[in-house]
Amino acid sequence: MFPEKKSEFWKWTESSWKNPEGDGRKARFISVGVDVGSVSSQAVIMADGKIQAYANIRTGSNSPESAARVLRQALETAEMPEARIDYCVGTGYGRVNVPFADRTITEIACHARGANLLYGPKTRTVLDVGGQDVKVIRCDANGKVVDFLLNDKCAAGTGRGMEVFADLLGIPITEVGYRSFEFRGAEPPAVSCTCVVYAKSEATGLLRKGWSREEVLAAYCKAMAGRIYSMLERVGIEAEFVVTGGMAKNRGVIDRLMKLVGLEKVTTDWDVQIAGAVGAALFGYDACQKGKERKSGFPP
Amino acid sequence: MSPGSFETTMITAGIDCGAKTTKVVVIQDGKIIGRGAVPTGFDQVGAAQECLEKAIQAAGISKSEIERICGTGSGRNYLDLALSRANDVRAISRAARYFFADAGTVVDVGAEESRVARINEEGNPIDFAVGGRCAAGAGSYIEAMARALEVELEEIGPLSLEFSREIPLNTQCAIFGESEVVGLIHAQVDKRDISRAIHLSLASRLGALIQRIGVKREVVLFGGVGRNSGLAEALKKELGLDTMYITGEPEYGAAVGAAILAAEEA
Repeated sequence: MFPEKKSEFWKWTESSWKNPEGDGRKARFISVGVDVGSVSSQAVIMADGKIQAYANIRTGSNSPESAARVLRQALETAEMPEARIDYCVGTGYGRVNVPFADRTITEIACHARGANLLYGPKTRTVLDVGGQDVKVIRCDANGKVVDFLLNDKCAAGTGRGMEVFADLLGIPITEVGYRSFEFRGAEPPAVSCTCVVYAKSEATGLLRKGWSREEVLAAYCKAMAGRIYSMLERVGIEAEFVVTGGMAKNRGVIDRLMKLVGLEKVTTDWDVQIAGAVGAALFGYDACQKGKERKSGFPP
Repeated sequence: MSPGSFETTMITAGIDCGAKTTKVVVIQDGKIIGRGAVPTGFDQVGAAQECLEKAIQAAGISKSEIERICGTGSGRNYLDLALSRANDVRAISRAARYFFADAGTVVDVGAEESRVARINEEGNPIDFAVGGRCAAGAGSYIEAMARALEVELEEIGPLSLEFSREIPLNTQCAIFGESEVVGLIHAQVDKRDISRAIHLSLASRLGALIQRIGVKREVVLFGGVGRNSGLAEALKKELGLDTMYITGEPEYGAAVGAAILAAEEA
């Protein structure tokens, strides 16, 4: 029932992307946003406020190193020398760990701003489910924060909680979403949504009782959706409602959440894990327009 | 009530069906004559039966000699064996008074839930608080942290007493705590200091739970963590106490209380 080696199931694929139209060389300003999270790190390179390239990697045990690595990867993807960068903004958990940033800005502000670009100016409520926190942000048409709620105290409802379950069930994290719908009969009731440790022991019991892994997954996804929804209710949901962060890629949780929210799901072609870094790069672009310049050098 | 003031020759048993371990205590004349513990697993009834057999064997009696059985713990409602049931708070309150005549507060740290009660001279709870929403305030927190630290559960307590400096932990969650501990190991923080931080962290959450009802001396600590010298030390510091009562087998607290309640109800 339990896979023997189960430590790698949380792994997801790192990625990078380059704008196929133009290389940004003619751009007046090149700004960069680096978002170092607990689980993943992103760097976005912008040419005059438009996304030119990005990289999305797993954060290692050393945050400054991850920050340097993700930036290097983005620059390589963009085929751009680092000397071309006019301004760099750091954000995320590791924002103190982006030593080469000219400025750091809170992730709340960056996510709101980034979602505004990725999903468009009609965005009013942003849910960001990150590795170790859940953010609900209400914002205006300019992507400015109106109100927000943050849970970073408890793993319930966060990406880390989902990783624990992927490990427990031996299901790759990228398959969790669709596999949580692969069961017969009625949707199983949710497991405990207050604590991942409780949910884990409940799930182990359900597996022994003969539940399939998919059913247990469904029960956990449902619990997570419920937990996240209770946070959304506290801030209030205003359309359009969008989701960013790694959890946005998990249909198992998001489809169940959308049922509770009762709104149409807004979609985008962008990788929404980069929202924070996009916001940071946009703030960087603002700074460029105000004539701000780079202060610090880049790591070797 | 104390071991001396018990006036029945009846043999009774208390079954404490906990989230992780099931414990049974058999008493006669106010004395513990047998006990046993088995992992609860996922068959609470089976665990209770097996555990009862174990305790009966240890007591050297036959099952028919037991006149009454009282069940407690999170799995108590599944126990068909038990004639009566008592909630954990009542059971630990009775047990605290049974072991220590001057007990004023009882703290029971279970695997998944902690509970505290302020008790009167009869061993009844006057006020209580239960922390049941989060594993970070319970015994499994120490287990998870010991795993992350890669030290044996038995070692983590004594290890923490060898600390050289007190560092804070930022996380309040058993899951996030694991990552934080791994991070500290990577940052080459001494394992003894990390162990101390882990125990202080749990002690501060237990302290917050206890402060909800107020500390009345003396304080009794039940639950498997009672065997952990590091936690007892940290909790004493948190509560500003120089003594704390801990029995030789602290995990049997609620089971003893249930056995006493079974005798009283007769």
